[in-house]
Amino acid sequence: MPDSTTITPSAPNAANSAHSEHPPYLRHHFESAEQQADAAGFAMWLFLVTEIMFFGGLFTAYLIYRNWYYPAFVAGSHQLNVFWGTLNTVVLISSSFTMAMGVWCAETRRKSGLVLCLILTFVLGLCFLGIKAIEYSEKIEKHHVPSFHYSLQSFTNPASDPEIFKEYHDKPLAPDMARHTEVYFSLYFLMTGMHALHMIIGIGILGFMIFRARAGAYTAGHVTFVENFGLYWHFVDVIWIYLFALLYLISRHGT
Amino acid sequence: MSGSNEHAHHIVSPRVYVVILIALLIGTALTVWASFIDLGPWNPVIALAIATTKAMLVVLFFMHVWYSTKLTKLAIGAGIFMFLTLISLTLADYISRAWGNW
Amino acid sequence: MSDTIVSLPDQSTARIPKLNYLTKENGILSWLLTGDHKRIAILYLISITFFFFIGGALAGLIRLELLTPQADLMATDTYNKVFTMHGVIMIFFFLVPSVPATLGNFLIPMMIGAKDLALPRINLLSWYLYMAGGILAIYTMASGGVDTGWTFTTPLSTHYVNTNVLTTGLAVFVAGFSSIFTGLNFIVTIHKMRAPGMTWFRLPLFVWAHYAASILMVLATPVVAIAIVLVALERTLGIGVFDPTKGGDPLLFQHLFWFYSHPAVYIMILPGMGVISETISTFSRKRVFGYTAVAFSSVAIAVFGFFVWAHHMFIMGISNYAVLVFSLLTMLVAVPSAIKIFNWTFTLYKGSITFETPMLYTFGFMGLFTIGGLTGVFLGASGTDIHLTETYFIVAHFHFVMVGGMLMAFLAGIHFWWPKMTGRMYPEKISQLAAVVTFIGFNLTFFPQFILGILGMPRRYASYPPEFQILNVFSTAGATILGVGYLLPVLYLTWSLKYGEIAGNNPWQATGLEWQTQSPPLTENFTEMPIMDHEAYDYEWLENQKRQKEEEVASAG
Repeated sequence: MPDSTTITPSAPNAANSAHSEHPPYLRHHFESAEQQADAAGFAMWLFLVTEIMFFGGLFTAYLIYRNWYYPAFVAGSHQLNVFWGTLNTVVLISSSFTMAMGVWCAETRRKSGLVLCLILTFVLGLCFLGIKAIEYSEKIEKHHVPSFHYSLQSFTNPASDPEIFKEYHDKPLAPDMARHTEVYFSLYFLMTGMHALHMIIGIGILGFMIFRARAGAYTAGHVTFVENFGLYWHFVDVIWIYLFALLYLISRHGT
Repeated sequence: MSGSNEHAHHIVSPRVYVVILIALLIGTALTVWASFIDLGPWNPVIALAIATTKAMLVVLFFMHVWYSTKLTKLAIGAGIFMFLTLISLTLADYISRAWGNW
Repeated sequence: MSDTIVSLPDQSTARIPKLNYLTKENGILSWLLTGDHKRIAILYLISITFFFFIGGALAGLIRLELLTPQADLMATDTYNKVFTMHGVIMIFFFLVPSVPATLGNFLIPMMIGAKDLALPRINLLSWYLYMAGGILAIYTMASGGVDTGWTFTTPLSTHYVNTNVLTTGLAVFVAGFSSIFTGLNFIVTIHKMRAPGMTWFRLPLFVWAHYAASILMVLATPVVAIAIVLVALERTLGIGVFDPTKGGDPLLFQHLFWFYSHPAVYIMILPGMGVISETISTFSRKRVFGYTAVAFSSVAIAVFGFFVWAHHMFIMGISNYAVLVFSLLTMLVAVPSAIKIFNWTFTLYKGSITFETPMLYTFGFMGLFTIGGLTGVFLGASGTDIHLTETYFIVAHFHFVMVGGMLMAFLAGIHFWWPKMTGRMYPEKISQLAAVVTFIGFNLTFFPQFILGILGMPRRYASYPPEFQILNVFSTAGATILGVGYLLPVLYLTWSLKYGEIAGNNPWQATGLEWQTQSPPLTENFTEMPIMDHEAYDYEWLENQKRQKEEEVASAG
């Protein structure tokens, strides 16, 4: 018996077809705009599933090395600034909100609302990257970038890093455990860097979308692009939610 | 045609988005606050539990999965399941190495 | 009953339909910018054939070197490069895309009653990504090759070689995305574009097999992508993630690599199994025995295939407990494959069997895949694996399943659907000869390698103890015969494009929606949307159709 996802054919050239049955953006191999939008949405979800697996490899590496080098990971995570991390989390969550509102505007054909939401999302995305840049430059200053004059000083002699020491009072690490902090920072830069790369791509597409939205491309009934981009953007937010917890929060009281 | 396109017909209202936004911000505040308290082995558990709750809110409501088809939910579930398989079986190797040779 | 089921139209009056997907548009751009899944399939067919022969030439060099016990044909470093590129090209640029990107692309929309795949432009992008990866692989070969083995084991690949690991890694990365997009496209298409009445359990088993393989493509490939990224960063920046001196673990790479590469072998074999389901039914004139079991076992292979990857790492340093668990899980994964072999065998029972070329390849598959699969079970038992791993037993095992299994299935499929794709039949006698030559050549090449493995000859070595020479000579002799067996189809299939008999819609009198259309098909596949009102492999329905048509012709006349 037919199941719910098979198509019921309308008779060819049916008189029941309002213009909405064959809008200009309907591609020839689909029977209806609904089928097309449905397929596109499902395809986007499958793509996001591949992204789960892609980031999954990095999360696996992180969990394994945290299991092996726990003290080094604690010491490493103390070098991260929870204030910037929290601010970035708030920025990204807000950008998810503005993106979701943007999709609503597209669905309800509010062109200026959509453009505003996309611009806000764009700006918030740039804020996120700016804060990331600040954090990265701090790491560079303190020589915590793996393989670029990486310095163990903050870990073998925590008192030499007064700001961090004031907050955590870490004990000095033995030299070989201190060396393993380089693995922590490798994973830090890998995971946040891969995330930032996805943000940059997203912001680029947002820029393109703002131009198209102003021309009314997404507020005439064809919301698929905005909707599916929204899925991508939210996904990048979800990755950050986990990065924030894993990198910044879980080891603050490790010792 | 049924069951395949609720999102096209069901438009999630901004009210839902505002509620979820507030919930996410509260969750963020909560998880940061909890990280300042020394709860021993429970810190990571609580942080990840809050993170998972936040992630689920984003997925279910910002990404409309609450209103989506079973197929979408199945696809997401399959991805998460395989991700967990990758992590758990690999971690099982690493953890059991310390157990020695029988 | 005649000894062939072929039923061709009257050759004196038959013509290739004037309007079809090949003639619809002309000019190179109409091919390079096409969205038509059938044209993309042909593009893939030409490119994978090209890469197959490059990989085959490399295999020829390997066998030539192994004629003598000394490493006298080439330096050992060069030999390492030759077998590495042979593996990389054969796996990523031939086996993985072979059936899905050619036959899958061509047939899946037709089999489900759709006009195209869900995402035609993504389909074309897949092919361009494949070509980009392939060109990178060729560039790698031209600029000195890479010698780490196709498995890129760390820390060899990250710290100890100065060959082209990065470009090869990039080639595989790009080809991986080609594979992901193909799988993604198939999953969306099969879920969302089936014709009315085409329920899941009326789908041809070919579609089920591709669905299962697509799940693997989508879920597993990204993990090898990140593994390659990590190797690249380790090589360039020395981030330490696989470097023991910095606290990294080389085994982590292997976990990530094999998490994909084991499902990859199922990505490679499942589509071939899909072909076998079609041919064995058609050439026994019988529905596939246990349709539901075969369909579910395809998905079971895909799911279980995710849980066994560390059986490639038994001797590498994983914990004994991990060895135990993965060995147990490996035993489980053999079960669904065996279910399929049993069901195909029962399909033959009391069928009306004929021996056209696709069926010859099918029989070859059945025997050789069974042997290959059983030897896989020997390897899954960790005790025997410790003795047999990294020997020629492994080499023989995977060549039996991949070449004796997958490649034979690919050739079965190419011959079976050649009339549909081109409108012309291939020449039967010479193709049967080629199939037999291939079978003989294959066994002579690879069976001695099982023995060599048990006797202890290691793999990936250019030289070996002299007592192994006679078996190696047999193997090389077989490889020569095998090469002839593979060359022949290229020649006669090309010949058939101009001189082959006109096939008509359904020369095999097969069931399946693709056989209800003209050969070659129209660009849009169907003039009106088909409605599926019968079960899969319903030969009675086919008989009724034929009788109805004959009655119509009789009453019209």
